[in-house]
Amino acid sequence: MMPLLRETFNRVRSFFRKDPLDRELNDEMASHLEMATEENIRRGMSPEEARREALLRFGGIQQSREQHREARGLPWLDVLMQDLRFTFRTLKREWGFTTVAVLILALGIGANITVFSVVNTILLRPLPFPNSERLVRIVEKNPSAGESSKTYTADATQDFQQLNQSFQSVSGYFAFTGPDNFKLIGSSQPIPVTGILVAEGFFQTLGVKPRVGRLFRSGEFVKHAPPVALLSYPFWKRQFGGDPHIVGRTIDLSNTSVTIVGVLPDTFDFGSVFSPGARVDLFTPYIMDDFRDDGNDLALVGRLKPGVTLAAAQREADEIFPKLLFDHKHPQFKAGYTGRLTVLKDYVSGKLRRSLVVLWSAVGVILLIVCVNLSNLLLGRLAARSKEFGMRTALGAGRARLVGQLLTESTVLALAGAVFGLGLAYLTLSYLAHQGSIALPLLSMVRVDGAVLAWTLLIAAAAAALFGTVPGLRTSSGNLQELLKDSGPGLSEGRKHGRLRSTLVITEIALACVLVVGAGLLLRSFLRVVDVDLGFEPARAAAITVDYDDDRNVARRAAIWQDVVSRASMIPGVEAAGISDNLPMSRNRSWGISAKGQQKVKDSDFTPVFVYIVSPGYLKAMGMRLLEGRDISWRDIVDNRNVVIVNETVARRLWPGQSPIGRTAVTGGTDSEVIGVIADVRESSVEDKPGAQMYLPATKQFGPQGANLVVRSKLPPAALAKSVMKTLREINPAQPATEFKPIQSLVDHSTSPRRFFVLLVGIFAGLGLLLASLGIYGVISYAVTRQRAEIGIRMALGATASLVQFNVIRNTLRLALAGIFIGFVVSLAVARLIASLLFGTSPTDPPTFGGMVILLGLVALLAGYLPARKASRIDPMAALRSN
Amino acid sequence: MGESKLDLLQGTLDVMVLQTLEVLGPLHGYGIARRIEQVSGNEVLLNQGTIYASLVRLQQRGWIAAQWGTSDNNRKAKFYSITKSGRKRLAQDMAYWRRLAAVMGRVLAMDDDGGKQ
Repeated sequence: MMPLLRETFNRVRSFFRKDPLDRELNDEMASHLEMATEENIRRGMSPEEARREALLRFGGIQQSREQHREARGLPWLDVLMQDLRFTFRTLKREWGFTTVAVLILALGIGANITVFSVVNTILLRPLPFPNSERLVRIVEKNPSAGESSKTYTADATQDFQQLNQSFQSVSGYFAFTGPDNFKLIGSSQPIPVTGILVAEGFFQTLGVKPRVGRLFRSGEFVKHAPPVALLSYPFWKRQFGGDPHIVGRTIDLSNTSVTIVGVLPDTFDFGSVFSPGARVDLFTPYIMDDFRDDGNDLALVGRLKPGVTLAAAQREADEIFPKLLFDHKHPQFKAGYTGRLTVLKDYVSGKLRRSLVVLWSAVGVILLIVCVNLSNLLLGRLAARSKEFGMRTALGAGRARLVGQLLTESTVLALAGAVFGLGLAYLTLSYLAHQGSIALPLLSMVRVDGAVLAWTLLIAAAAAALFGTVPGLRTSSGNLQELLKDSGPGLSEGRKHGRLRSTLVITEIALACVLVVGAGLLLRSFLRVVDVDLGFEPARAAAITVDYDDDRNVARRAAIWQDVVSRASMIPGVEAAGISDNLPMSRNRSWGISAKGQQKVKDSDFTPVFVYIVSPGYLKAMGMRLLEGRDISWRDIVDNRNVVIVNETVARRLWPGQSPIGRTAVTGGTDSEVIGVIADVRESSVEDKPGAQMYLPATKQFGPQGANLVVRSKLPPAALAKSVMKTLREINPAQPATEFKPIQSLVDHSTSPRRFFVLLVGIFAGLGLLLASLGIYGVISYAVTRQRAEIGIRMALGATASLVQFNVIRNTLRLALAGIFIGFVVSLAVARLIASLLFGTSPTDPPTFGGMVILLGLVALLAGYLPARKASRIDPMAALRSN
Repeated sequence: MGESKLDLLQGTLDVMVLQTLEVLGPLHGYGIARRIEQVSGNEVLLNQGTIYASLVRLQQRGWIAAQWGTSDNNRKAKFYSITKSGRKRLAQDMAYWRRLAAVMGRVLAMDDDGGKQ
């Protein structure tokens, strides 16, 4: 082993010390020849004869030198360096070709790196927790009623914690936190902050360790414990300048003095895992005893014991959950719980798998098109260089050497493309990582890492091999004579050559077809989604979180609400104003509802219904449509009257075929009179069908959690922000600077993943189209150049310019139609694969397919028209003379 | 002589160089080449120049060492000498070549009835 190691080391060393070694060898050989000459003279030869004899015995000096170099250095590296030098020279000379090739490659590879990073972050990479494969999210098996069916009560949670054998620990967080639920009161104006309540052991279950200070202790989860908080890393940096001595400091959080016990690491981003797009500033303990009567509100996360399988844990959960009580005080309430265990990673990103795979495939197709395009470009160049290659072959270059030279060129191009592509991807990714408005999980953790770099190298190598091999094969298969003959003057392009290039262009067009159809279908779906009847009018409405202190006194609260709403209504430009505790497409919760007098015995006979505690005017401010009856009035609230407005779904389900107005509904254990019916509102997302909904006045029974003032105006919402905040401060000087958010942003947030995918696939389709048109243009224009003489002869014989043009365009369209036909068939199959991603659009959507055919036809026509015009302007005299 | 010289097998030149240095001590390239020609009775087809590829190979493997010095008639020349690991290697190679030569000798001595003996 040792000599081999030493030899390798010495060879590498010699490679870098060529000149001194060559000089030493020259000296050595010179002294050799002199000694030989001397000896020959001693033997009696004449000096000239002696010298000649010495040289003869020595053999070729240059050969010896070469042998010496091969024996001591790295001959393959020498060849490579030679090829590289030659490549750089050639590429520099043909800088136009080089620029186009590198640009195309950079776009293709850049798109691939970007999508891979996203896929890697969301799908491939484990969650940023230790042994994250053992983390499990627990929700109801049939989560039909929003967040409330994905959560459990404090009692149920504690019972499950005690009864199960499968989990190392089970914990959770309070799932109904709206943004800006706390205000941080300091020296200046109060700052709105978002704080999440977490149950005991939440961070320990996830395996998150504090960056500074400590996590919560058991004693901090009991009633009346001194309040404590953990800060998120960004909040610590932003608000406290990353103060290392923060631990132990107290802050005033919504009029409570809270001690900071620690700071969480920057790798822990609660929002990106549990609530995409949300910003979380701090965490406080969820004290079970404070929430015993509040129904389902804990979202559960568990860590399986090592060695326990998900299936075994699921079997156990199937036994335990049905037995769990809603709350211990009322053992007669049948909760009817179920529990579905999902690995946290799948829960977070499982729904996105298909979309991401589609996206990944789309960029793969882009890369293929890029490779085909480059093969074509290289083939074109190869034809122009056939004389050079013929000459080199004639001078003794082996086929392997020529193919090696071509592969070196393609590798250099691919690597240059990869470098620029990486730069492109880096910019795109840093942009994406800061898009809080895109509701994709983990997106904030997207970055260029080792895996991404490895992937870049892999696709660059694959691309180089792919687009370098085709021309390479072409060289090695052509014989020398054909090569030299083919490039001879006065002849049209060799048949074989033309056929290969045409095949490549047809492939390219077909691939572009598939991309265009995919993008078209997704775009049509997106337009359908945007066009959905939401049940409210997001345009020109905006909401702001209102802070007030009512001491839990219903009369005080009613007075404050009335004050806020009436003053907000008087602001110039405001059409309507109202308050609700929850807004559509943000947080939600559900209770049960049933019609009084109808046979209802079991708890499960209640229909789950989304609950909104609203003020008069809210429906109008949101632009919801009252179909029957009336809105809630201030009298209802002041008189503590139990009234309810339901949506169509509730009306249809509880009182089919009858008017619900004046009837009594049982909800939350109280009888309420139905006073109105509104059109269904998309409460969870734009794409999900609306569920049952009801709107209750803020009375004693139905206390709100938070209040959002919604204002509808004639002006753009931004113009009102100042005057609304001024009004709120007049009522309550402690009103924090909460954001005045357009309602449209809630809708946009809900549609953002779809928009994200449509935008990307659309960009890829455009790119594919551009590349395909470049390919068509390249081939046709090249053919015209090669056929100059032929066209010249034809024109001399009487062909008109328009006939020449027509011929070129006919050739173009023949290629295009073949490509479109193949692409059409492939697209039909591909469309079926993405059917589940479509919304209100059939996978065989005729406008999409028709549009694709027309679009590609037009692009091909344009790409063919330019060379056709060039052809028709050939001067026959000049064309014939130049040969 | 001139019409039928022996072509050198791959690696044989290396063994010859090692053996020459082992027997004669430090020597320059020309000296080694001459010596091999003499010993082989001018039967080996050797372009003297090829000795240098062999020398640099052996040197890089650490089997010989080199040093510039002065020859008998006051000429600057590079002198090569065998190293300790070179001696070890030579012993191995010698054993191998002896065995091969013996086997080849036996095989080639075999005539028609040689198989039965």
